[in-house]
Amino acid sequence: MNLQGLLTVLVDGLAYGMLLFLFSIGLSITLGLMRFVNLAHGAFAMCGGYLMVVLAGRLGLPFLLALPIAFAGTGLIGIVLERTLITHVYRKSELQHVLFSIGLAFVAGAIANILFGPQQQPIPLPGWAEARVNLPGTWTTGYRIFVTASGAVALLLLLALFQRTLFGARVRAAVDLRGTAESIGIDVSRLFALTFGLGAACAGLGGALAVGFLGLDPSFPLKYLVIVLMVVAIGGPGSILGSFVAALFLGTVDALFKYYLPATGSFVIYALLVASMIFLPNGLTRWRRG
Amino acid sequence: MHTQDIAPSSRRRQALRIGFAAAAAALGLSSAPAQAATDLVVGVILPLSGTFADQGAHYETGMRLYQEMHGTQAAGRNIKLVIKDDQGPGSGDLARRLTQELIARDKAELIVGYSFTPNAMAAAGILTQAKTPGIIVNAMTSVLTEKSPYFTRASVTMPMIAYTQGKWAASQGRKTAYVIVSDYGPGIDAETWFIKGFEAGGGRIVGKDRTPLAATEYGPFLQRAIEAKPEVLFGFNPGGDVSIAFMKQAGARLKGTGIQLMVTGDVVDENLLPAMGDAADGVISALHYQADIDNAANKAFLKAFQAKFGADKLPSYRVVQGYDSMALIHAALGKTGGKTSDEFMEAIKGIRIDSPRGPISIDPATREIVENIYIRRGTMVNGVAVNKSIATTEAVKDPAK
Repeated sequence: MNLQGLLTVLVDGLAYGMLLFLFSIGLSITLGLMRFVNLAHGAFAMCGGYLMVVLAGRLGLPFLLALPIAFAGTGLIGIVLERTLITHVYRKSELQHVLFSIGLAFVAGAIANILFGPQQQPIPLPGWAEARVNLPGTWTTGYRIFVTASGAVALLLLLALFQRTLFGARVRAAVDLRGTAESIGIDVSRLFALTFGLGAACAGLGGALAVGFLGLDPSFPLKYLVIVLMVVAIGGPGSILGSFVAALFLGTVDALFKYYLPATGSFVIYALLVASMIFLPNGLTRWRRG
Repeated sequence: MHTQDIAPSSRRRQALRIGFAAAAAALGLSSAPAQAATDLVVGVILPLSGTFADQGAHYETGMRLYQEMHGTQAAGRNIKLVIKDDQGPGSGDLARRLTQELIARDKAELIVGYSFTPNAMAAAGILTQAKTPGIIVNAMTSVLTEKSPYFTRASVTMPMIAYTQGKWAASQGRKTAYVIVSDYGPGIDAETWFIKGFEAGGGRIVGKDRTPLAATEYGPFLQRAIEAKPEVLFGFNPGGDVSIAFMKQAGARLKGTGIQLMVTGDVVDENLLPAMGDAADGVISALHYQADIDNAANKAFLKAFQAKFGADKLPSYRVVQGYDSMALIHAALGKTGGKTSDEFMEAIKGIRIDSPRGPISIDPATREIVENIYIRRGTMVNGVAVNKSIATTEAVKDPAK
């Protein structure tokens, strides 16, 4: 048993899992809390990525300054889209959600193609991101540490927001009994717009961080859709902690199988998905009673 | 009432339209013999929309550039390009139908195109039936030229690149190598022929992995490779974001291990280098074109290219493939006096031209291209890696034939 190899693979898998968590958490929120099937979710991640390319790449802003702008900018775009388009679709059937949002994803890809062209986008990473960081028994890059830390911080903030604040309590109330929530003076449509924007912003942050190691082109919204849906399905829609556990689990299990049994390739995680759909149809944990 | 009113007048209009059509056809017929003597339609099939639109634009640039530099006249015939979009790989049926349409409807006498193997495969039968020569502008699978006696190639085959690179690596005194390729046709070709070349030169393979085609996480595979302690890590993947992810992760992981990273030249394609950053620094690759090649044809080609697109732009190997497709057509027509079909195929066998990539010829026995393969090393210039040629293997034939 090679301990160093195992640790290295685990640390890398962890960073990848954190990225998956950031990608998928917004979808988990909109799907689980707002019951809106948003297959255009990847478009928000792509939007964050392109914002990063423009801000850090073309305008030369520092990486750490560009990142929060990409987060907030994507969130704003999310809110505008929610107010103008998506709000009309909530009451429609789920099939219409799917058709509408997949169309939106294609439109987003086409717009990115017109604005930025079909090629891969370069992004300059700061020196600390490329630097080697020694850990006990292994090492990784500064960037992977940063991605892992960002995921952990996002998890804590979101958990606190939804479970410890008035905003979170209102969202949960509005989801469970919309009519009652409105009758006691909660502005549900504004609340939903903010929640949707928050989900989009998280995806934007994930996308902005992804450019550094996954690359970015206009096919991004659909390329990562499957893995994001897997995270949400295994984690349980609406469960922040569930998505977190599922994303880390997929990231590390995938890495471990590729390391020890490369011939199984990416097959294992799909088998896991099938197994979880059969034995845990509601996902790993349910934060709300479904 | 209304319908009755309209019917006669629309019938009258229809009669008028037929009359015009007949008149136009008569005019067309009368001028047809004169036109056929001069115009020669070259049907062009490239991916011009979707994910691979970028590639298609490069070939088209090369073809147009040739016409701008050398004119459109060859052996008394005026060459016209009719360009169609086959939308990238996985559209063999579309490539086949476009080939048929170009030959039947547009009267194309020559076809240039096929960026991807499946599309060329699908069109092979049509070319054979119609006896229409087809110049493969890119698709790199060795077996393609055997699928139709009317196929020839203006690009390169994967075995030519990978075998040459393997042999060169061994000739540099490297004894052991690990191979990581994407798990699909060209990846398996690259793996097979790199290993053959490396072993022929006396090297030994210490391990190999095949990765899922769209994988963007290579940590586990790289860790396996590092533990096998090879002197060389050879990689191949399909370009785009997959190659960027591979190169970035390999660049970070291999730093300080003393393992030399080698990839086929298309992995470190010039238009991907900015996104790879310094991960491409020091990486050795092999390819059939290199912008810094020193010959008269390349100088003229670069000058025309940069005059059109800017002094800081460099043409990719795909631009050269488009350019050379036209050069092959002009050279062969010169030999046949403007005749196409079987005469054209006879003329193209053994033909030699001075291409920007150095001398190229078509092997008379296999109709396969014979050309130099350049070994290059990534070198940082102003924050972006540039591939600089460090060795040349001349007149490489496809080792798979």
